[in-house]
Amino acid sequence: MRNPRWLAVAALLGALSLVAAACAEDEGGGGGGGGGGGVDCNTVEFGCVEVGPDDPINIGVAQVISGADATLGQDQVNGIELAVDHRDGAFDGTDGTVLDHAVELTVEDDGCSAEGGQAAATAFAADTSVVAVIGTSCSSGALGVADTILSDKGILLFSASNTNPALTAEGTHQPFYARTAHNDRIQGAIVAEFSLGKDVGAKTAATIADESPYTQGLVAAFEQNFEAGGGTLTGSEQVNSEDTDFKAPLRSLAEGNPDVLYFPIFVAACTLVIKQAAEIMPDATLIVSDGCLSSDTLKNAGADAKGVYGSSPDIAASANPFYLDELVPAYREAFNSAPLSVFHSHAYDAANILMDAIEAVAIENDDGSLSIPRQALRDEVFATKDYEGSTGTFTCTELGDCATDVTIGIFLAPGWPVEGGSPNAEAVYSDTKSLDDVL
Amino acid sequence: MGTSPAGVAGVQMRGFERLPWRRIILVVLGIAIVLVVGIGAWKTLALPAAEGGYSAAAWRDFVVEGVSQGGIFAMIALGYSLVYGILRMINFAHGEVFMAGAFGSYFFADAYAGSGFLNRSPVIALLIITGVAIAVSVGTAALLERLAYRPLRHAPRLVPLITAIGASLFLQNVFRGFFGPQPYGYPKPQLLTGGTTILSVPITRVQLLVIVVAVLSMVALQLFVARTTTGRSMRAVAQDSEIASLMGINVDRVIVITFVIGGILAGIAGVLFSLTFGQVQFTMGFRPGIAAFTAAVLGGIGSISGAALGGFLIGLLRAVGPPLILTGYGIPSVFSIRDAFVFLVLVLVLVFRPGGLLGSGEAEKV
Repeated sequence: MRNPRWLAVAALLGALSLVAAACAEDEGGGGGGGGGGGVDCNTVEFGCVEVGPDDPINIGVAQVISGADATLGQDQVNGIELAVDHRDGAFDGTDGTVLDHAVELTVEDDGCSAEGGQAAATAFAADTSVVAVIGTSCSSGALGVADTILSDKGILLFSASNTNPALTAEGTHQPFYARTAHNDRIQGAIVAEFSLGKDVGAKTAATIADESPYTQGLVAAFEQNFEAGGGTLTGSEQVNSEDTDFKAPLRSLAEGNPDVLYFPIFVAACTLVIKQAAEIMPDATLIVSDGCLSSDTLKNAGADAKGVYGSSPDIAASANPFYLDELVPAYREAFNSAPLSVFHSHAYDAANILMDAIEAVAIENDDGSLSIPRQALRDEVFATKDYEGSTGTFTCTELGDCATDVTIGIFLAPGWPVEGGSPNAEAVYSDTKSLDDVL
Repeated sequence: MGTSPAGVAGVQMRGFERLPWRRIILVVLGIAIVLVVGIGAWKTLALPAAEGGYSAAAWRDFVVEGVSQGGIFAMIALGYSLVYGILRMINFAHGEVFMAGAFGSYFFADAYAGSGFLNRSPVIALLIITGVAIAVSVGTAALLERLAYRPLRHAPRLVPLITAIGASLFLQNVFRGFFGPQPYGYPKPQLLTGGTTILSVPITRVQLLVIVVAVLSMVALQLFVARTTTGRSMRAVAQDSEIASLMGINVDRVIVITFVIGGILAGIAGVLFSLTFGQVQFTMGFRPGIAAFTAAVLGGIGSISGAALGGFLIGLLRAVGPPLILTGYGIPSVFSIRDAFVFLVLVLVLVFRPGGLLGSGEAEKV
């Protein structure tokens, strides 16, 4: 018995050492290529991504593509695909190239959750060919999860729809995290300003958040600005997004008789709150945010949805002719539907900023291969200044906020800017603020 | 009993060991719980409205809501309890049986709402919708029994338990695959909008319907089990299936009937739940399923009246418990932790009565 067992162990060790040797050779060969452009890939922190002569540039995409929030992620995947398509100057169905290399998108599902963000980030962190990651869809997938995992590896995480303030706040910002999405400090401030303004004229407000950082960030920003503007908060509740029975928390909030109820939660729970609030606090003005703006909400809440205000990036107000005349028609043609959500254009811009940065920092080796230094790529993206994107101008701050001036519109249901509402909905209120203006 | 083998030290320790520690700990724990609950409730009730206190109207609404939710939980809990009584197995896929019924009836309800039939003759429409829900739920439950559980009838108890969890995930994903992850709006007939006042307690028509239907179905079930021959054979199989089969009872048939009855109740509960919340989604079975399972254990799993009592209690505990007890201690947003609260209550009840409130008094190995 003893001999065969030893043999097996020896064979295993031998096999492992062969694999290890092969890996080591790989690394040596790759690293040697990167001596050309002032950056030494062997010594620079986080090293370089090596792209072989005939290999595509691999960009990671972490978006929610399954589950109830799939439209949010699919919309951005579509936006990124359009950006790659347009790299050659035209929406023609043939992909453009970056430095004569094709662009490959590796899509991982972030599940719109911390667990999903962790799984996706871990997969990308282990894949040495991934240059950068566009994602995540939901702040919960990034905050303390994907942003940390990828920053530890020096991989840029560039989100087009994370809006939680903590992601780019001093102390919690991770060095390799940036976003083209707006910071909810702005959205919360504009919703508060709208509530206090002449349209609603509220003196008191109550809020509902769920367990996600997205809703908590928005609610905190709203509460801060509402109180700073002279309003009074009568109560705030936290609920579980998978729950169905919100009557008890609503009843408890109704005790304070608030003029406004602000609940920036996601579609399924949001619809239920709209219906149950119509019964329990019929006099309150209901306000939701972009996580709830969907045709499903309008359809399922039916008559109760009428008169509900929803805040969202006001694309129609801030967009340039390119967005309206080229990007949206191209989207319709390529995917046979109107834009599924609001963040496809932010994703389109994020992909372009990223591809521009790759072109700027990549070292082209003599054999046609590329070496992309990770630190330099990150610095190039963070140095973005006055970039004319499809929905506005981007200038990245040191903390990774690239959308510094944001236009938020407030829409009155059923005139929400979604399919099933009115696609060309006009905001009843719209304001532009920059990060420096808000608390 | 008698001398300890440890010698002198043992003799000295004997008096200490003889103290009824278990009982003392239980009594201390009991007093502590009563104090915590009492002080919390008193503090809450003493709070003025401006500082987060609740008005009498709010308490009334909490109770009505709790009872009506409890009715739905009770009907689902009966499905868990019946199957457990017969097979000594937790059918974790029962929440999905409930979801299937609700989802199946949605398509009829939606079509009837579209054609106006739902508002023209709401009673007939609701009866048809409920019939569809029952048919889908019963079909799902019977298929589960035939395909997933019967082949494992004589396997160790852990095997069908794991299978049940697998079946639950499978059913969820089947519905997600066919109908997508998005929620569907469930229509409500005009007849059921608005509310009435009974004994000066305002109650919505849907809540009233839920409570009435839940109580009626449970009475019907009790009569069926107590009075009919089939009911008697169910009880016989629950007591000892081998002896029952020796007495000429077709055990397989009784087991199928048990699943069918659980399916009927789940189908009715599915319609009531959908009318209450106006929304169906493939994940909708999970939380009510957990709540109902808790109710079945709380009431004493295997006991019909226990499941009914447990259901109503869980409903009330979820709605009234957190605001009444936790608000007084200044805990913020008490409703987000109501499930944790319910589980805490369950644990405490099981400490004092391991078999559940109306159970045998002995711990059941679940």
